[in-house]
Amino acid sequence: MTTEKPRQIVDMSWDPITRIVGSLGIHTKIDFANRQVIECKSTSSIFRGFSVFMKGKDPRDAHFITSRICGICGDNHATTAVYAQNMAFGVKPPHMAEWIVNLGEAAEYMFDHNLFQDNLVGVDFCEQMVKETNPTVLAKAESTLARGADVHGYRTIADIMRALNPFSGVFYREALQMSRLTREMFCLMEGRHVHPSTLYPGGVGTAPTVQLFTDYLVRLMKYVEFMKRVVPLHDDLFDFFLDALPGYDQVGRRRTLLGCWGSFQNPETCDFRYEHMSAWGRDMFVTPGIVVDGELITTDLVEINLGMRILLGSSFYDDWNEGEMFVPKDPLGNAIDRRHPWNQTTSPRPQKRDFGGKYTWVMSPRWLDKRTGDHLALDTGGGPLARLWATALAARVDVGYVKATGHSVKIYLPKTALLPETEFEWKIPKYSNTIERDRARTYFQAYAAAVAMHFVERALATLHAGETKTWTEFKVPSEAIGCGFHEAVRGVLSHHVVIRDGKIANYHPYPPTPWNASPRDSLGTPGPYEDAVQNTPIFEENGPDNFKGIDIMRTVRSFDPCLPCGVHMFLGDGREINVTHSPTFGARGK
Amino acid sequence: MTAGVVPYGRKTQRAPAVAEVHVLWITAGLSCDGDSVSITAATQPSLEDVILGAIPGLPKVHLHHPVLAYETGADFLRAFDRAAKGELGPFLLVVEGSIPNEKFKTEGYWAAFGTDLATGQPITTCEWIDKLAPLAWGVVAIGTCATYGGIPAMEGNPTGCMGLPDYLGWKWTSTAGLPIVCVPGCPVQPDNFMEVLLYLLYQAAGLAPPIPLDAALRPTWLFTQTVHEGCDRGGYYEQADFAQEYGSRRCIVKLGCWGPVVHCNVAKRGWMNGIGGCPNVGGVCIGCTMPGFPDKFMPFMDEPPGAKMSSAAVLMYGRTVRALRNFTKSSLDIEPQWRKPGDEIHTGYSPGDWRATRRS
Repeated sequence: MTTEKPRQIVDMSWDPITRIVGSLGIHTKIDFANRQVIECKSTSSIFRGFSVFMKGKDPRDAHFITSRICGICGDNHATTAVYAQNMAFGVKPPHMAEWIVNLGEAAEYMFDHNLFQDNLVGVDFCEQMVKETNPTVLAKAESTLARGADVHGYRTIADIMRALNPFSGVFYREALQMSRLTREMFCLMEGRHVHPSTLYPGGVGTAPTVQLFTDYLVRLMKYVEFMKRVVPLHDDLFDFFLDALPGYDQVGRRRTLLGCWGSFQNPETCDFRYEHMSAWGRDMFVTPGIVVDGELITTDLVEINLGMRILLGSSFYDDWNEGEMFVPKDPLGNAIDRRHPWNQTTSPRPQKRDFGGKYTWVMSPRWLDKRTGDHLALDTGGGPLARLWATALAARVDVGYVKATGHSVKIYLPKTALLPETEFEWKIPKYSNTIERDRARTYFQAYAAAVAMHFVERALATLHAGETKTWTEFKVPSEAIGCGFHEAVRGVLSHHVVIRDGKIANYHPYPPTPWNASPRDSLGTPGPYEDAVQNTPIFEENGPDNFKGIDIMRTVRSFDPCLPCGVHMFLGDGREINVTHSPTFGARGK
Repeated sequence: MTAGVVPYGRKTQRAPAVAEVHVLWITAGLSCDGDSVSITAATQPSLEDVILGAIPGLPKVHLHHPVLAYETGADFLRAFDRAAKGELGPFLLVVEGSIPNEKFKTEGYWAAFGTDLATGQPITTCEWIDKLAPLAWGVVAIGTCATYGGIPAMEGNPTGCMGLPDYLGWKWTSTAGLPIVCVPGCPVQPDNFMEVLLYLLYQAAGLAPPIPLDAALRPTWLFTQTVHEGCDRGGYYEQADFAQEYGSRRCIVKLGCWGPVVHCNVAKRGWMNGIGGCPNVGGVCIGCTMPGFPDKFMPFMDEPPGAKMSSAAVLMYGRTVRALRNFTKSSLDIEPQWRKPGDEIHTGYSPGDWRATRRS
């Protein structure tokens, strides 16, 4: 930095952060002279205690209970719990059941990314917001023609921004309606959104019929047509920000440390046995993997499992140094660490919030990189960035509608009612930053639709072959362990279960948000939101007195936070400013 | 002119009794926010129908909802602060999530929302409820966590959490004399909630009588019927035709379904636009709308004890009826014999005299 000015540091925080699911607070120090965030801490203000009250319960109930962890991707939890149950019970569902689950989960990605991107994140890029934070950028958007106008129908970038205004915007309302169509697709397969009724260990209760798959397919094709317009729309919008604000690619940038636990089992190879997990994990239709500084260092779920470490440091819990070692070795004979979820004991300790000490209910999951001994604070890139990056590098997925090339992911969408066949190619970006997390989300919506085309074909072929069984019987063993790996919509999701005397002795789910929203750990490493915000330059045109923190909000939301969050505002020397924007909502643009 | 008949051309949208209503929504109970997400799926009415005034007679609705708000942080909290000071105007308080017991520990918090600028500490959800409920025109508990405690309140939980009627008292009433309105479901069925919200807005506007509630404070028109009474698999039950494994299209009561004794309309209404549901699509009813949920229904995959007896009782009748119906069905599956090609007609057609018509 050549011309650094004397710092003008202001404490600022936002509580609650809205337009996310759950409770999150972001507490920052901002240097307004140099327009940069220099410190950030994230807090979560709610504890619900699943790992505590699940002890002693029937292990068959795990997926019903853990679905209730999340109100937007509860089905991802239920699915992951079922994967862990299948392993623990030693049961392999019939192929048809796996295609039905894959179709349900694909619909979940289509719905959830759609709602989050265009009804929650989109508001950060809407005309009303840009007018309040960057009027000169809006002026430029008015005169910038949109490259994809003939496909998506919006002439200028400002027209796109207007279409994103909450409730009054045309695209905002279209996206909301589309999120309902995809939820209908979900309900066809899993019964109810967001807590499914038809998932069970051993399979599903959904009866596979011609009607079921036809009802899904006709809706899917409407979504495919929608995505042909949405991908160019978002490319236009995001490219505009990178062009209009040189350096915007540094907003929310952090070291590329991405984790993806893989999604969509391949029933041909997945037998849910831990001993074979390395092989069937690699056959998933989204490849698991860890990307460090652009390099894919593993695609092996066993290795991923062994490296998990749950650290404390800034969280409201007692340590479990003296706790029971439930699983000293995995079924392959590998040693399992005391800080691994299988051996974790959760003991909540409510206390005052102290930003110099303990300040959140979120723990700090880390992944031990054996090459360096580092406890990596992996993030998920909001889900899609890590999924596409790992899948692209692994170059294993190739199903006709989707192909991973080693440096990109190609997505083929067939002809629909009004639009011709279309190919999109997601290319590995230069940085892991705010805009690329958001852009990947749009491309992954197209990916989910394309891969669902494949699943419909496979399900129909299975149906035509007369294989309509959807459930395999099992017995609950008195002693067993299990783990499930999946991708929740917003990133990595694992469930670890220990069964003793036929009951749950230990259960620890690790959803994406603990990875992303984790606080400083016992080794002093900040969590991903914290370090992504911490490096962020500020492009907002407002000064400290009417600062909205839009670049910070965009960064936090780019991770697709899913916890109850909070943000408050303080000014300099602990002096707090009262912000006086009027608290209206909804169709306020009109 | 007959009383109550409105002359043609009269302006039918008379002004509501209150011009504006604020809806303050707290998601910071112990919850997954699934009820908030659920209502974005509603279409009867949809959120935008209510907010954009697409339905006649409604007051202007200002929704202050953390998942959907334009504002964030202090900007967002301003409406809550003003409401707590009595400065906001009439408001409906919607509470989502189970209410923790903050009193049995010495410090810290289980659930909070916003920061107290004086202390720098989080403001607990209980403090918000204590401040806002006494000033609200009405209070609605959305989802089973807020209504009766739900999943976070299950046995062995560390937070001592409970439903809103447990917290405020089952006989609590609002400034307008309204009891707590409970719309349970885990999550709430999207249209069930929006329909109740619409009803309450009509009530606030003076266009509907007080909302009818049952003893568990549920709206009666949604929760009087049982799952079983609306389930399209009820016919299998009547015929004692019970599924032995998941994925069957028969009655799943022996696989853990509690439908016969649970108050809920989802099997009938479906989840969205008539699609999805629970036992109607192969998912056992786990009783998620009931005050006894979840503990009294676990383990969810075992046959309910009561079902063992009732399904045994129906066995003889059901099998007999099924056999008789199979007999009738097979005769009905055969066409009448006069439908065949050839030089003659065998239908009994007799021109002129209708009395002469005889089947050959």
